[in-house]
Amino acid sequence: MTNLEKYNNAFIENFEITEDQLPGLKYQDVEAWDSVGHMGLIASLEEAFDIMMDTDDIIDFGSYEKGKEILAKPAYGVEIG
Amino acid sequence: MNRIWDLGKFAGKTALLEENGAEMSYEALETESRRLAEAAGHRCLTFILCRNTIGSVLGYTAFVNNGIVPVMVSSHLEENLLENLLAAYQPEYIWAPEDQAGEFPGMAVVYEACGYALLKTGYEKQYPLYEELGLLVTTSGSTGSPKLVRQSYTNLRENAASIAEYLKLDDTERPITTLPMNYVYGISIINSHFLTGATLLLTDKGLMQKGFWEFFRSAGATSFGGVPYTYEMLFKLRFFRMNLPSLRTMTQAGGKITPELHEKFAEYAAETGKNFVVMYGAAEATSRMGYLPPEKALEKKGSMGIPIPGGKFTLIGEDGREITQPRTTGELVYEGKNVTLGYAERGEDLILGDERNGRLETGDMAQFDDDGYYYIVGRKKRFLKIYGNRVNLDEIDRLIKAEFGIETASAGTDDHLYIFVTEEKIAEPVREFIIGKTKLNPAAFRVKVIPEIPKNEAGKTLYRELAGYYA
Repeated sequence: MTNLEKYNNAFIENFEITEDQLPGLKYQDVEAWDSVGHMGLIASLEEAFDIMMDTDDIIDFGSYEKGKEILAKPAYGVEIG
Repeated sequence: MNRIWDLGKFAGKTALLEENGAEMSYEALETESRRLAEAAGHRCLTFILCRNTIGSVLGYTAFVNNGIVPVMVSSHLEENLLENLLAAYQPEYIWAPEDQAGEFPGMAVVYEACGYALLKTGYEKQYPLYEELGLLVTTSGSTGSPKLVRQSYTNLRENAASIAEYLKLDDTERPITTLPMNYVYGISIINSHFLTGATLLLTDKGLMQKGFWEFFRSAGATSFGGVPYTYEMLFKLRFFRMNLPSLRTMTQAGGKITPELHEKFAEYAAETGKNFVVMYGAAEATSRMGYLPPEKALEKKGSMGIPIPGGKFTLIGEDGREITQPRTTGELVYEGKNVTLGYAERGEDLILGDERNGRLETGDMAQFDDDGYYYIVGRKKRFLKIYGNRVNLDEIDRLIKAEFGIETASAGTDDHLYIFVTEEKIAEPVREFIIGKTKLNPAAFRVKVIPEIPKNEAGKTLYRELAGYYA
């Protein structure tokens, strides 16, 4: 599985949405992306990429696109593409 | 006549501060409250569609302090559930965010303030209100039943004063909202802090949002409240590494926190000179019944503490007698002036007086230790707490049966609800239906397909046998 597929799957599975909903998706755009859903998303991403995210990055992770930027940071080194 | 708070005595002190910088002094809150109450005109029933904003708190304060009885519901309440509640109680007004006023065509806006509008519903019927009735709240989670808890002015005053006493609140406190204000825990924070002239920091942002923490730091929050799931999230956020010098007190209620998390937060509090206060309560007791004094937080891990000032606990055994031996399980009974009047199921019930006489059978099974500290060990009734919201399992079963006409049974543990059905093809629709009704995060719900729902010879569901599927 590519990094992009893993990244997308974390959103699709946690929020029970489809791939076409992902571009531009922001926190609270769908009901399932609330604080509970956010925690689930972060846990899935940490597991998928074997990383541990910092507090500031977890709370800054406000959109589908922002998440890609955060994961590309040197601390995680995950290029989503 | 002020029913609960003497807001004017705190004069120019800031009562409310929003994340966007908007604020309101106690003096202004007093004046604005009077204006709003005058616009409503007389003692009557009003719905408040709650958000954590100045307009929402203004409505609550104005109504309760001036003898108008609010029904507190979330501004996100599912449309059908709101319609059911409105039909059952026929309020004279709805105090709604201006951006939601359009959802009520045909209702005239008679007053506006702070982003909220007072809508005259036009219902002809007005149910008479018992003279001491002050506030109506849902029992945490709402799964469609129009059942409300009837709270009196005495209940509100007594519980707020007791909380302010045991938390040692003063006018330097700046609690930040982490809970919706239609939730009794959220209401109790407002009630107790307005007694002492504190400043409420209002935001609808959550712990998982950067804006929440920016506001927390810039406004110098001194306390917050959380349900068990809040503390799980904070732990996941590596909260212990955050630098929060203004924070003094963390309170916990809305269900039993795991002993492991209790210990971690108590240790953090001890190391950083903060307080971690585990509490116990229910909407039927206005809000709070017990608390664990923060200096005992580590020593009494897993305990919800002792009765609040003015309250009393007893344990009743299966034989109906009071338990006097430590470490013996019985049903927890609470007595105090914050025990509410009773329930309402429809408008006609609003005239009912006090049905409980200061005594509440909590439905929780508990024990006390040698020092008189109480521990919740189980529940007598079939409900779960999902992210701090009470979800009645019998009601879930009824909703599904009514919608799908199938055999079903629900069970589970806090934050994990399992719905059992016997047909594969119905599993996903059932799950979606319940998520839509409860408006709780889907992560809490699982549907399991089993060959048949276990029942005894009398046709009663054997819930205990279901535990094998999830325990």
